[in-house]
Amino acid sequence: MRDDLIIICRCEDVTLADVKRCLKAGYTNFEDLKRQLRVGMGPCQGQTCSALIQREIANFTKKKMKDVPIQKTRPLIIGVKLNAIKDGATDES
Amino acid sequence: MKANIVIIGAGISGCSIAYHLAKKGMKNIVVLDKAYLTSGATGRCGAGIRQQWGTEANCVLAKKSIEFFETAKEELGYEDDIEFKQEGYLILASDKAEHDRFSKNVELQNRLGIPSKLLSVEEALKIVPYLNPNAFVSATFCQTDGHLNPFKMTEAFYLAAKRIGVQFFFFEEVKEIVVDNKIIQKVITDQREIETSIIVNAAGGFAKEIGEMVGVDIPVFSENHEILVTEPIEKMQGPMLMSFTQNFYCQQVPHGSFLMGRSTKNQVHGHDISSSWSFLDEMAKTICHVAPKIGELRVIRQWGGSYNMSPDKQPIITEANDLKGFFIACGFSGHGFMFSPMTGEIISNMILKKKNEINPDLFRMDRFSEKELSAIEQSVV
Repeated sequence: MRDDLIIICRCEDVTLADVKRCLKAGYTNFEDLKRQLRVGMGPCQGQTCSALIQREIANFTKKKMKDVPIQKTRPLIIGVKLNAIKDGATDES
Repeated sequence: MKANIVIIGAGISGCSIAYHLAKKGMKNIVVLDKAYLTSGATGRCGAGIRQQWGTEANCVLAKKSIEFFETAKEELGYEDDIEFKQEGYLILASDKAEHDRFSKNVELQNRLGIPSKLLSVEEALKIVPYLNPNAFVSATFCQTDGHLNPFKMTEAFYLAAKRIGVQFFFFEEVKEIVVDNKIIQKVITDQREIETSIIVNAAGGFAKEIGEMVGVDIPVFSENHEILVTEPIEKMQGPMLMSFTQNFYCQQVPHGSFLMGRSTKNQVHGHDISSSWSFLDEMAKTICHVAPKIGELRVIRQWGGSYNMSPDKQPIITEANDLKGFFIACGFSGHGFMFSPMTGEIISNMILKKKNEINPDLFRMDRFSEKELSAIEQSVV
């Protein structure tokens, strides 16, 4: 299957071809790929793409997967409406 | 190795300075960063660019920088999209006192050629219809303010600089700077030694620490400013919304997400850039009051980044008085991204001993000790 038809990040519609192009351009750590391609920035926060990209980085840099760090995990773990946060902050009952 | 110039920091300032120097013919420039491209404040910023300031220095820096951004894609030969949009900043006044201050700001801005204007509540509602009309008394608007993608803009400078010979070393931290008899000798990193006689300190949140390495006391401190992003949706908001008294900024970026931030009162000084639940609470309360419709959006991520604060909230762009060859670009107080073209222009001219169009005395470091701070920038979130 062609790399440009393989979706790596569903939230941001990033393909394997995009990832490989960035790796070749010298962006070989997850934080760089995140900033260039938005992988891991969508609503699922990298829960789908992290391991896939980690493997691509490992293959490209000839490292073991366990030696390739993924992106920094940030709050929130799930999308929450601003209204719900406001309501919680003003009246918890 | 040897270098003519070592630039410390590969954020927007360091990359712009490198590009401007190389473009003007300087050879053998090295840029060092302790992590990846835009890993510091640049990659964490609110991605806004504006000219609506309260001091002349900030207005001029902003105006000339926006003129650069307007043709940056072509000037830098960048193939990707820098996501530049000029749909304005709509800045809300909360009371009569702020309205009066904004009237003076608009006068200053207009005198300097910045096309800002005062708007009534009704006029502001035409631009952003879902604003709570009771949340402000008037507003100012400048159409040519707007948005730019920090990652892409920095990459544009980085790639252009690299193409004309600048060398970049990432994940390489400066550990020591050797100065002998007031002359810079070399920069020692965790990986190499670089002999040089000129250093540019563009280390953002860590600029003070770099100054300390050579005994130059830079009167800045860093503090954490938090920010959040929502899920992307179809376009509903053109301009950046902002209020200094209500303490927030909020824009929908071209990608569709809303970015919003506010400052934390009595924030401790330092390098902590963690995320807090209290920011989330306060941000949600503020934006739901000012623009209730935005309350329906889901927050998907929050983070923090350093503002490097100077005493008058305007940058320090200068050569150190007591150490020749030590150039400083810091203290942007949260606005280094939007001023970056001018930062590069001014520092490169100083190093190459060319005349600057803008009076560089405005950005000297000794301006703080000279006189009472008469022009403190108030227009900061």
